[in-house]
Amino acid sequence: MSDQDNITAQTADAVAPPPPRKRGVRDALRALAKAPLSAKFGLVVIVFYVFVAVFAPVLTPFGESEIVAAEYELWGTEVEHTDAEGRTQTVTLMFGTDNLGRDMLTRLLYGARNTIGIAFVTTCIAFLLGGVGGILAATVGGWTDQILSRIVDILMAIPALIFALLLLTIFGTSVLSLVLVIAVLDSTRVFRLARAVSLNVVVMDFVEAARLRGEGLSWITLREILPNIMPPLVAEFGLRFCFVFLTIASLSFLGLGLQPPTADWGSMVRDNATLITYGDITPLLPAGAIALLTVGVNFVVDWFLHKTSGLRDEQ
Amino acid sequence: MHNIVKLVAQRMALGLLVLFIVSLIIAAGVDALPGDLCQEMQGQSATAETLEACRKEIGLDKALPLRYADWLGGILKGDFGVSLANGRQISELIGSRLGNTFFLAGLAAIISVPLALALGILAALYRNGIYDRGVNVVTLSSISFPEFFIAYILILWLSVNWGWFPSLSNVGGDTPLAERAYKSLLPALTLTLVVVAHMMRMTRASIINLLASPYIEMASLKGMTKSRIILKHALPNAWAPIVNVVVLNLAYLIVGVVVVEVVFVYPGLGELMVDSVRKRDIPVVQACASIFAATYIILNMTADILSIVTNPRLLHPK
Amino acid sequence: MSSDGGKGDLLLTMRGLRIEGQSDEEWHEIVKGVDLDLHRGEVLGLIGESGAGKSTIGLAAMGFARPGCRISAGEIVFDGVDLMKASESTKRKLRGVRIAYVAQSAAASFNPAHRLIDQFSEGPVEHGVSGRAEAESDARELYGKLLLPDPDRIGYRYPHQVSGGQLQRAMTAMAMACRPDLIIFDEPTTALDVTTQIEVLATIKNIVEEFDTAAIYITHDLAVVAQMADRIKVLRFGETVEEADTATMMTSPQQEYTKTLWAVRSFKKEPIPAKSKEPLVSVKNVTAAYGAVPVLHDVSFDIYRGKTVAVVGESGSGKSTTARVITGLLPPREGQVLVNGEPLPGDYRHRTKAQLRHAQMIYQMADTAVNPKQRIREIIGRPVSFYLGLSGRRLEERIRELLSLIELEPDKFIDRFPGELSGGQKQRICIARALAAEPEFIICDEVTSALDQIVAEGILRLLDRLQRELDLAYMFITHDLATVRAISDEVVVMLKGRIVEQGPREEMFTPPHHEYTDLLLSSVPEMDPHWLDDLMERRRRDGMMASTSTS
Repeated sequence: MSDQDNITAQTADAVAPPPPRKRGVRDALRALAKAPLSAKFGLVVIVFYVFVAVFAPVLTPFGESEIVAAEYELWGTEVEHTDAEGRTQTVTLMFGTDNLGRDMLTRLLYGARNTIGIAFVTTCIAFLLGGVGGILAATVGGWTDQILSRIVDILMAIPALIFALLLLTIFGTSVLSLVLVIAVLDSTRVFRLARAVSLNVVVMDFVEAARLRGEGLSWITLREILPNIMPPLVAEFGLRFCFVFLTIASLSFLGLGLQPPTADWGSMVRDNATLITYGDITPLLPAGAIALLTVGVNFVVDWFLHKTSGLRDEQ
Repeated sequence: MHNIVKLVAQRMALGLLVLFIVSLIIAAGVDALPGDLCQEMQGQSATAETLEACRKEIGLDKALPLRYADWLGGILKGDFGVSLANGRQISELIGSRLGNTFFLAGLAAIISVPLALALGILAALYRNGIYDRGVNVVTLSSISFPEFFIAYILILWLSVNWGWFPSLSNVGGDTPLAERAYKSLLPALTLTLVVVAHMMRMTRASIINLLASPYIEMASLKGMTKSRIILKHALPNAWAPIVNVVVLNLAYLIVGVVVVEVVFVYPGLGELMVDSVRKRDIPVVQACASIFAATYIILNMTADILSIVTNPRLLHPK
Repeated sequence: MSSDGGKGDLLLTMRGLRIEGQSDEEWHEIVKGVDLDLHRGEVLGLIGESGAGKSTIGLAAMGFARPGCRISAGEIVFDGVDLMKASESTKRKLRGVRIAYVAQSAAASFNPAHRLIDQFSEGPVEHGVSGRAEAESDARELYGKLLLPDPDRIGYRYPHQVSGGQLQRAMTAMAMACRPDLIIFDEPTTALDVTTQIEVLATIKNIVEEFDTAAIYITHDLAVVAQMADRIKVLRFGETVEEADTATMMTSPQQEYTKTLWAVRSFKKEPIPAKSKEPLVSVKNVTAAYGAVPVLHDVSFDIYRGKTVAVVGESGSGKSTTARVITGLLPPREGQVLVNGEPLPGDYRHRTKAQLRHAQMIYQMADTAVNPKQRIREIIGRPVSFYLGLSGRRLEERIRELLSLIELEPDKFIDRFPGELSGGQKQRICIARALAAEPEFIICDEVTSALDQIVAEGILRLLDRLQRELDLAYMFITHDLATVRAISDEVVVMLKGRIVEQGPREEMFTPPHHEYTDLLLSSVPEMDPHWLDDLMERRRRDGMMASTSTS
């Protein structure tokens, strides 16, 4: 074997090695600039909602369930309002009042806080349960996988909303039971996804190499598998959040979700629904608020999926 | 053929098993109540004697497996027990409502299935074109809308502003078919809008998947016309995914019906269930949940079986 | 086949052909100005490594570009028809009738919903060349000519009911259905085992000769193209490197790149004198099964320190399963694996860290063998810290040392992700990871079969150098006899889970052989353009064709 041969081999290897990828904030911003209009719109919506949810108390002079005027006041009604320090000022009620005479705008702002907050917490719990279960089932395999998968099959055989209704009847409609019931039901979907994407990674040779090296479960799941399944999981988080958000809104709309006097978009639609028959669009405000957020999240997820995997066609 | 019969039989057996376990869960759920059914019924006025009598009457004194057997036996004979709220036979309460719900879901399906398949196939054929991108944004939005949002928008326009349809769907047992359809159209339209988006996205995805197969490329390299490629080469392999899409969405309709029924005060099973949940009328909720779950499970099972029997690899075993 | 270059009139010409492919919303040129001439009845071999653009050019000859590709410039004229300007319907009427295509994977390219004969007849019937009954009887005749078993009935089967080699022949028959002037063969035998490949090659060659059809034969395998083509065109990065008739090209290539391609198979390792009489690893009477399906029967062989044992066999022979038994992924039903005379626990989970460390593995697909989300530093560093407990500066030094050992510049590579490396570089990283454990024994599972030949050669030389420097023992699993010839000391031939024959390399490559070894050896294409004809002649004489055509 001569040196000459070695050079041949090396140059062959060096044939068009892809250049190092660029990363970092600058690159993320560049990707963002190239994003389609729908994704930018979605991002703006999400940022706006988070802002509102965080700063709700600062944005309105009224309390969450403070009665400020007569019920069903029209948009733009003006009222006198005395704040905690005793100063009185005239406030315009932009969207009028609701069925109990509370300020609609205030309720909408606080609603962002409650509805988004609870949906977010629920989604997180669902991911913790389903994600851990799914990755474990895929990695450990055997009986663990069989048992977990069969439990999930059974839970998924019942439509989630129906199951939720049944469970809420039994456990009552407190926020805690609402969150837990929805989280458990939703974790089944997360489980399925996490297990499926992990299985794709588990069969890869680098996982086998890690096993044969003698690595433990935590290294294999956290260092070998998890980094490779992040993109689909992140996308799924967005989708699951939308689903949970809509489920809770639906339950609240049915009167079985968040209970009064908590401001919540779903129940606000229901409470003011009669207005629609008079052609007043007030009940569409909270409904539209729900729709806008889910649309925004879905747009961002759609772009993200397209970006990370080019798998837009397969979802 | 032996193989396929075995697979179908297996799938049916599995479906039955799932039904059985789900019925167990629904029945056992009641036992998780703090207190029991009789306390729930009688509330503050309960005394030890009345509770005892009540428990004896509805069989709460028996062991759980026995009670389950009684309950299941009852259901199989069409006897769901008695409502806590008004003491009426549940089977009576459910009777006409079940028909109404299936009518509504059926109406929605008749509109949405052909529409969604056509739109989905078009989007797949002209993918990445303007039509496809537009459709993507529209369907993505409509998937994101809560059912009641769509429902109220439709009410606002089609009922309140233009007065084309009634906003309440108060159909009764003796409403003639045409009037029933007319009154149910608005809720059916709502359901259609919700389900079409889902169904056409799934159709689009599975058709695109199919069109990427090497045998489709081969067909065009054999000089086949586009229509022949679609009809002769893609379609025979598309049945399984399409059937799956349709049936899954029918199952979705069954669930979606709950909210829509409440908005339009449509006298269906969903409305009854929500009403009973609010009243914590557990036997009625149990009955409704069983029916919804059974429909859902049977539909899913049908989807599986249909995709088995349309798979050419299974139809013609080695 | 004659080697006089052109046979008849010009059938197909391409001038300045440029084809672009889309990735990340940008267009990149895949084919950069290629000229091509093909005469009636001539077979042109297109040869090149992956990314050379050969399949793209083949499809362009039909006026076709895959979704995501476009023909951006140039001229394609088929028998007077300008395919660049022709309407879709004009092109459609040419496809299948006058130009036909045979795809790499027949299994995926046949529609699973229709019988073979229906797919055969579709072309002639739809294009109005012949009637249905006529087409079916023609199909039966062609199936016969292509030596398919039971030619009268095989057409009435569905694609999944027929084996890969048979499907490939059925697809050739389908391409012949309208008696086209030109057939594009796109790597038709790449997915097949050697013994099957030879049959398909022979039948394709015969039928193309019989009907005097012109063909473009696309492949990456030199020896194959030497058998099939009258003229050879070498491609690289979408450009023509050189072109000449087969005899000239085989004997005196002009370009540097072509010469290296030709020289690739010249590597042969120097035998290493035996150092120890005690085997390092010995597999003793191993029988193993997946569930109830037995896959290995009473397999025994030894591997000595500093030596290479090549395990050869076709798909399903049990060679990879043997590796799984040794690594402990599949505990044997009977028998055991001994290292330095000590039996290893059957299940890898029961082995000690030291036992695991001493046997390392290198995989076929370097892409899936390294974690795409870890940097090279972590991929190579983990075994070092895990087994040897190094950390900090000493770990860093060791990683750099290992990178130098596999001939990659540490500064350039240590912080990269696998996605930023070429295929050969990734395989080197896998080698470094195996070396990081400081093993005595490495299992190489088809480590070069996914690589282009020049790169593969580099890997083999590297492995050979490391073996000498570090006194490593290799178990080299491969289906490629050229690789066996290049690197082995001992050879084990497997068939259907059993060892058919084993012994030192020189002995294995000199007759007399076991019947199967003989079949295997004789099926490996050689560079000599007359090899296939000679072999077929010999086999016909010996009556071996009959026994193997059922494959």
